[in-house]
Amino acid sequence: MDKYRFLPHTADGKFQAFGKTLEEAFGNAALAVASLVWDWEKIEPKVRHFVHVRGIDREQVLVKFLGEIVYLFETKRFLLGRVDGLRIRTEFASVSLEALLLGDVLAENHELHGDVKAVTYHDLKIEECGGFTVQVVVDL
Amino acid sequence: MDIEKIGENVWRIPREGDMRVPAVVYASDRLLDDLRRDQTLTQARNVACLPGIVRMSYVMPDGHQGYGFPIGGVAAFDPDEGIVSPGGVGYDINCGVRLLKTDFTEAEVTGRRKELLSGIFGAVPAGAGQGGGIKLDRTALREILVKGAEWAVANGYGSGEDLERTEESGRMKDAGADDISDRAMERGLPQIGTLGSGNHFLEIQKVDEIFDEEAARAFGLTGRGQVLVMIHCGSRGLGHQVASDFIEAMENAFGVAGLPDRELVHAPFKSAEGQRYYRSMCAAVNYAFANRQMIAHGVREVFARVLGTSRGMGQVYDVCHNVAKVDEHDVGGRSTRLVVHRKGATRSFGPGRPGLPAAYRAVGQPVIIPGSMGTASYLLAGTAAAEALSFGSTAHGAGRVMSRHEALRRFRGEKIRDDLARRGIELMSTSWKGVAEEASEAYKDVDEVVRVSHEVGLGRLVARVVPIGVIKG
Repeated sequence: MDKYRFLPHTADGKFQAFGKTLEEAFGNAALAVASLVWDWEKIEPKVRHFVHVRGIDREQVLVKFLGEIVYLFETKRFLLGRVDGLRIRTEFASVSLEALLLGDVLAENHELHGDVKAVTYHDLKIEECGGFTVQVVVDL
Repeated sequence: MDIEKIGENVWRIPREGDMRVPAVVYASDRLLDDLRRDQTLTQARNVACLPGIVRMSYVMPDGHQGYGFPIGGVAAFDPDEGIVSPGGVGYDINCGVRLLKTDFTEAEVTGRRKELLSGIFGAVPAGAGQGGGIKLDRTALREILVKGAEWAVANGYGSGEDLERTEESGRMKDAGADDISDRAMERGLPQIGTLGSGNHFLEIQKVDEIFDEEAARAFGLTGRGQVLVMIHCGSRGLGHQVASDFIEAMENAFGVAGLPDRELVHAPFKSAEGQRYYRSMCAAVNYAFANRQMIAHGVREVFARVLGTSRGMGQVYDVCHNVAKVDEHDVGGRSTRLVVHRKGATRSFGPGRPGLPAAYRAVGQPVIIPGSMGTASYLLAGTAAAEALSFGSTAHGAGRVMSRHEALRRFRGEKIRDDLARRGIELMSTSWKGVAEEASEAYKDVDEVVRVSHEVGLGRLVARVVPIGVIKG
């Protein structure tokens, strides 16, 4: 199974990410976002960032989690290469996510090929059908 | 969906269902065909359902599908009964365009283009997530958020005349930095003075044709071959973070039930969340004004170094095309304060309108419409008619018709560079992939967009300019 695939969208980056579990699909969505700016498969796991986000529902948590990739890139020059130990917990009125992001700090030998401004809610879908598919549109 | 033609280049979606007002689309038959292919018309209808909307939900001639609100969308809300929405402004708050004039002719500049472009490329960082801008501390950044381009001028970047020739004089007075998150500050700090990527560019241009001599003279255009500089960028990561932060805050405060698209999330303008967003959005607008002010200063320094002088490099104007503003407008014969959202739309105030610089009061404000990479851009003048047609607004650019994905499949950046070079246009970019994504074929025909704007009366044609050198982020 592919981790993600990009779909045609006039203005921006629209993709679906897949997983046997919701956690796997969220992790693959993070790699899809990374793939818009750098080649995550070539990134050595030298640096780690622990992220924890909380939101009113799974959709908001997904948007905030993917927003972490953009934030860490812009402010810490962090290039994600791998997502570990991603956990999603649904509590009474909120959803929380924690994950360990592994990657490297941007250096001369890394090539960038795009930019992501923001993660949007437009056409955002989280679907379960024998596995999980999340669909996201990012503003480029 | 019903859509009826009610005049030449004017279409209406009648009120139905939950719509509080009709929607009006300004488009030629050809442009409407593009609009029908994506969700633009549905989005215009969704906007017409929002509380407190006044008169119509408008779509400008370059309209295309956005998130929640369409790009090229204009919607005004009653400040007492109505809402403010981050999705009605967009993620790149005060994405906008600044146009500088020069005393140079094409002949004087063509041979030095490469030096100019490399100089600007060095002075104005461009590309993905790039920092490397002007070094600032948080205290200075907070001042920028409150004072906008005024801060930049006070710190040696440009002159008071630039401020006079900037929308809102380069400073939204309602700005407040108190609700700007640490994340937004962190993203904004290293990026001030940088161009960014995507559709943002900086071009050395020449005047190609003048359609309205009187307005052109007022705007400082002297004739064919005059060299100009156009800067197209916005509030960078700071603005994107402000938008994301307040979409979340409004979801948390008001929930998401009943929204056809979560990007339509909104708050009553008078509510605490509405006011916090409005003040923070104004602060992000100020950041973008300061950003373009500092970039313009960098460009002038490079011209001075390479060509010996930057004399005559005054500002034509600076417009924002992603913004919400409290403007006075005529509603049923009464002057009324409204919260006007322009998302991918440019203000187009006509002659006599208060707030315009004295030099432009007789002809209307300059409206700067950037084309896509390597194509013509246009200078229009605001009209009195636009007031009744679109709350004083017109188009903001070409508008995409092809996905980046498809553009990448069809075009190669290096080939585009070679094709442009054959047409006398030098191109520098940080990313060939980015160049391919921004191929002019992926955009609507900007000539058609401005023709419709002119014919409907949203903005009157003044001049066409074409690039001779392009820097793409």
